[in-house]
Amino acid sequence: MTAVLEASRLEKRYGSDVAALRGVSLSIEEGELLAIVGPSGSGKSTLLHVLGTLERPSSGTIRIDGHPASELTDRALAALRAHAIGFVFQQFFLLDGRSARDNVADGLLYTGLPLRERRARAEETLREVGLGPRLEHRPNQLSGGERQRVAVARAVVGRPRILFADEPTGNLDTQSGQGVVSLLRELNRTGTTVVVITHERELAESLPRRVELRDGLVELDTKQAA
Amino acid sequence: MELAPSRLAPQDVLRVGAVGLSARKLRAGLSALGIAIGIAAMVAVLAISESSKADLLSSLDRLGTNLLTVAPGQSIFGEAAALPDQAPAMVGRIGPVEAVSTTGAVDASVFRSELIPTTETKGLTTLAADPSLPATVGATLADGVFLDAASARYPAVVLGSTAARRLGIARAGGGVQVVIGGRRFTVVGILDPVTLTPALDTAALVGFEAARRYLDDEGDVSSLYVRSDPEDVDDVQSVLALTASPEHPDEVDVSRPSDAIEARAAAKSAFTSLFLGLGAVALLVGGVGIANVMVISVLERRSEIGLRRALGATRRHLGIQFLTESLLLSLAGGIAGVALGAAVAGAYASSRGWEVVVPPAVMLGGALAAVAVGAVAGLYPALRAARLAPVEALRSV
Repeated sequence: MTAVLEASRLEKRYGSDVAALRGVSLSIEEGELLAIVGPSGSGKSTLLHVLGTLERPSSGTIRIDGHPASELTDRALAALRAHAIGFVFQQFFLLDGRSARDNVADGLLYTGLPLRERRARAEETLREVGLGPRLEHRPNQLSGGERQRVAVARAVVGRPRILFADEPTGNLDTQSGQGVVSLLRELNRTGTTVVVITHERELAESLPRRVELRDGLVELDTKQAA
Repeated sequence: MELAPSRLAPQDVLRVGAVGLSARKLRAGLSALGIAIGIAAMVAVLAISESSKADLLSSLDRLGTNLLTVAPGQSIFGEAAALPDQAPAMVGRIGPVEAVSTTGAVDASVFRSELIPTTETKGLTTLAADPSLPATVGATLADGVFLDAASARYPAVVLGSTAARRLGIARAGGGVQVVIGGRRFTVVGILDPVTLTPALDTAALVGFEAARRYLDDEGDVSSLYVRSDPEDVDDVQSVLALTASPEHPDEVDVSRPSDAIEARAAAKSAFTSLFLGLGAVALLVGGVGIANVMVISVLERRSEIGLRRALGATRRHLGIQFLTESLLLSLAGGIAGVALGAAVAGAYASSRGWEVVVPPAVMLGGALAAVAVGAVAGLYPALRAARLAPVEALRSV
């Protein structure tokens, strides 16, 4: 198996005395489904941002899909996000006033694909996540669970090498949350590498691999422990 | 493995720029309205001034620029000078002169009837005039006929347009009479307003012979109206004073009435710059409005900015998106403003009976000015959007 993501001794400091990450090393292989779990303040959100190239580490290196992310320019990082990384956020971040299909098609906007192609793939992906009948619905016409499914569809429409889901069930009731989690499992079964960031132990323990963070350090990695 | 760059196709730039506007239609409409008002004001002012200038110049073309007037000025002692009696004949002998007509000041006031107190002259003057006067100055008759060789010897009068209105006389003929110098004169004609020589508008015109016979006035020549060959107007103008009054050429005022009209056209341009300045202020305020709306938009849409960065947009893509939005706003405002301004100018010009002139350069300039304002207004918000760090943008909800 090849490593999709390789992080070594990541540190992230804010100012001189606040350290969110204090030397995190992590290797994620293709096809894995893992949870990064920890209480609030453990540094898991910062880790997500750093791994997802939204934020640069203070020190340490990251390789994503073979690209040395820590050495790339801002433009190259944007390209990496456009082609290789997908994000799902707790707040969905769907654009109001645009149909589910157009929201998902925006996942391909910065790849330079023509609109027709983007829309066709968006429809296909929405059917895959079970929202075939909701193509033309606007976010405010959808339930919370449906909105998160749209967000997941947007994240995977470009077939990213790795998908980050930041508290994907955080704004959902239990049932909708379970629906989203099983969707992520389904995506993983068909080959997508999925990283779920959560503070819910129950959810974390249901996933094949669990990385526990505390005070900016990896406290437990079930893969290494095994 | 080589990484393909992030791309945003040109048609997608427009689409993305329009998304933000269509989501907030009322706000977009109002901020575009600010620009539209500024542009409309400028376009309307320019088009109205062009229409009015075109009208003045076309009337000038009709009336000709080859009319010159000669009037006695003041002597060096400040007394009113008089033209020599031979002046008309001498001027008529200048080669390129085609026609000479004279008027003479008559010391008599004109009244509607004997019952009017003699102090109420209504600012009207009595002039003795040649029968050739209308042809020379380009005057036309609103009603009746002008003086001819016969009526010039009898108590007949032709009223200028203003004079007729002030005396309350709408039609000539039918035995309408006015009182001049205590004698009754029959109104035989009423003039249209005379553009080149407005002095005639407030005058009651009688024949020289009639002035002598009935008003006991010698009818000294007070003004000469000279039509010259259009090619030689300047030459004629330069010798007129000396010809009319060889002994005191410095006591003669020579003028070219068409110059006054051209000066009026130029004076309108001065007003135009004032209004144009006001329009520019309105445009500036509109631009500030757009900048304001765009800054708010960037603040409100931080999460959208963060999301787009997460989806692979570069800083430039975000900057371009917000700049495009600002440009679209101002362009829409500009186009609406040009249309509105042209409509206002058209309505005004046709209400004045002018030909409507909206120069294409003004329309194009209006649209370009709007876009320029939009570019300046959108620059700072676009830079802010571009500079926002993705994590910063995503955190703020």
